[in-house]
Amino acid sequence: MKINDVIEGLPRYREAAGQLREMVLANLVMMGEIPAPTFHEENRVRFLQDRFSECGLQNCSTDEIGNGFGIYPGENQDGHILLIAHADTIFDEKTDHTISLQSEWVKGPGVGDNSLGMAVLATLPFLMEQVEFKPRSSIILMGATRSLGRGDLEGLRFFLKNNRMPIRCALCVEGVQFGRLSYSSLGMLRGEIEVHVPEMYDWTRFGAAGAIITLNDVINRINQIRLPKRPKTSIVLGSIRGGTAFNTTATQAVLRFEIRSESADVVRSIHEQIEDAIGEISSETNAEIELDILARRKPGGTGFRHPLVRRAREIMRALDIEPRIAPSTSELSALIDHKIPAVTLGLTTGERLNQPDERIRIDPMFAGLAQLLGMLKAIDGGLCDEH
Amino acid sequence: MNIDQWLQENTFHHSHFWDFRHMVEAKEKQDLTVSLCIPTLNEEKTIGKEIVIFKSELMSRYPLLDEIAVIDSGSTDQTREVAASFGADVYLASEILPEVGEKKGKGENLWKAIYQLKGDIIIYVDADIKNIHPRFAYGLLAPLIYHPEIKYVKAFYDRPLAFSTGVRPTGGGRVTEILVRPLFSLFFPELTAIVQPLSGEYAVRREVLEAIPFPIGYGVETSHLIDVYTRWGLGAFGQTDLDQRVHRNQPTRDLGKMAFGIIQTFLSRAKSLNIIPELPELNHALRQFQSKEGTFEQVEYHIAEEERPPMMDVSAYREKFGRHP
Repeated sequence: MKINDVIEGLPRYREAAGQLREMVLANLVMMGEIPAPTFHEENRVRFLQDRFSECGLQNCSTDEIGNGFGIYPGENQDGHILLIAHADTIFDEKTDHTISLQSEWVKGPGVGDNSLGMAVLATLPFLMEQVEFKPRSSIILMGATRSLGRGDLEGLRFFLKNNRMPIRCALCVEGVQFGRLSYSSLGMLRGEIEVHVPEMYDWTRFGAAGAIITLNDVINRINQIRLPKRPKTSIVLGSIRGGTAFNTTATQAVLRFEIRSESADVVRSIHEQIEDAIGEISSETNAEIELDILARRKPGGTGFRHPLVRRAREIMRALDIEPRIAPSTSELSALIDHKIPAVTLGLTTGERLNQPDERIRIDPMFAGLAQLLGMLKAIDGGLCDEH
Repeated sequence: MNIDQWLQENTFHHSHFWDFRHMVEAKEKQDLTVSLCIPTLNEEKTIGKEIVIFKSELMSRYPLLDEIAVIDSGSTDQTREVAASFGADVYLASEILPEVGEKKGKGENLWKAIYQLKGDIIIYVDADIKNIHPRFAYGLLAPLIYHPEIKYVKAFYDRPLAFSTGVRPTGGGRVTEILVRPLFSLFFPELTAIVQPLSGEYAVRREVLEAIPFPIGYGVETSHLIDVYTRWGLGAFGQTDLDQRVHRNQPTRDLGKMAFGIIQTFLSRAKSLNIIPELPELNHALRQFQSKEGTFEQVEYHIAEEERPPMMDVSAYREKFGRHP
């Protein structure tokens, strides 16, 4: 097989995906209306399992961590292709999960991240039947649990640790953004800093103004950390909360942050500097400051010239998708740890991501699906193997 | 058939009907055609989702529906465009049977659907359901497929929270519990077994739909129940628990208008059935009150429940469907 054989099939794949529009959207709506906060994805995974069973996939099962699987059987058992979408979202069960559908948009919490990814897993077996794609490799379709935040990719890590099936390549599917091509993982450390002022705190003695001011001191110190231009490094201050009312001094405040860098040494060094700053501020104010590390990633990845990445670029260009190359800290890093060549792909464009009114465009989804099918075909045909 | 027996035999839960393949086989064996009708008026926010879900699940995956139609009362938003873009057949109620004229009301759309749609069974589903799911259609269709003696299936919604005693109250909305159930208890006690007589979702055989008149406004559901009951008996009904329905909640003043329309329909039926033989001429003005800068003023609404005749009385219908009077 040559890459042109795949590229020639892409218009047909896109058309076939468009013919399944109602099915994709119905799966998206029904999937998206099932709350799936991290550690509570069971109902969403059950829906995925039902879909897999309905279309006759083999080995539809869940594992101890709650991951959901279906295997699309190939003609030989030499190596499997792993297709993953994370099942969890950042929205809790109390959030109104109603999805609304307009002619061009789908709107609702988590539609792009990652209800669409899961809906596409549920639809893919039908699409493969439609285009009569009979793979040689079996395809493992996986709804991965406990991916986000404190989940720290626990579902995928559990699978990779306990899996006995040989895996030749993996594709991670994210609803957004269209054209996303991630093939490397950044070094990352995700943490939470909690400032707690004891109930019996002697305000007159220390002169402190509560947990929020103390946390502000911590933030100022983090901002003073010098970041190198090379290797690329950043500190993301992701969320902050604290206090209870207008007129009550806050006794508790929490900061969530991530350190990201191409270098593991830089991540380590910044982590140490934050620890030092916390120790110093704690001794000055007598406030209790705890640093809780929730997740770590090692930097690494599949190379830019790896055939998997090259084929992804070629397929995207053939579909007029401009590749947006960006490193990832998601599922990709767990795969890289296990030396499995992998890329992350996005399926459509979206706005207001991770807000309750997150919305994604319908029309690009079909090119997004064609891209995914093209990648499966290329991997299955041996075009993405490193020689 | 007494109420207890009916509740045992004719009350279902949508989960009884999980085997879609079996349902499709049973439908095909009987050579039935099924139409889904969604009456609309400015429902652009929810209509797309309803159509996509019904089309994907109950047409493409499992061919239980033969057509999905939107009968619109003249929406001024994008309802018709959105519905058409997702593949529904869209009709403007005023363009169906134009020779009989145009009346405004949901019942008008339901009535005209009998002429426009082809199904042996028509499922009516409102367009304002936020948590739309295929059960809203198949849960109502299945009793008609599996029980030839049932002709009319109503939806009810009952999702119990935790109850320690095992006994809990259940029933309908405010207008049901305050008006319709007391009226039925007085005059048609057996109809009280229908948990939510005013629910807007039901599936009905054509032979019934074409034979009963249709109030065009609030009274359509109440009149259906009375007419079907008096003609075919309680055994012709089924009801299915569809769990939860999330929709817009109506303010009490609007429920007052609804109750006003329903009671007109009820009294008209009571008179024609000779249950209340003598009635004075009814006033059709509903008066509600509002306070403005310390003084009270009345707001008057004219609500007269007009009725469409049984479709069998319309010659164009008889011609189209080859019926003989």
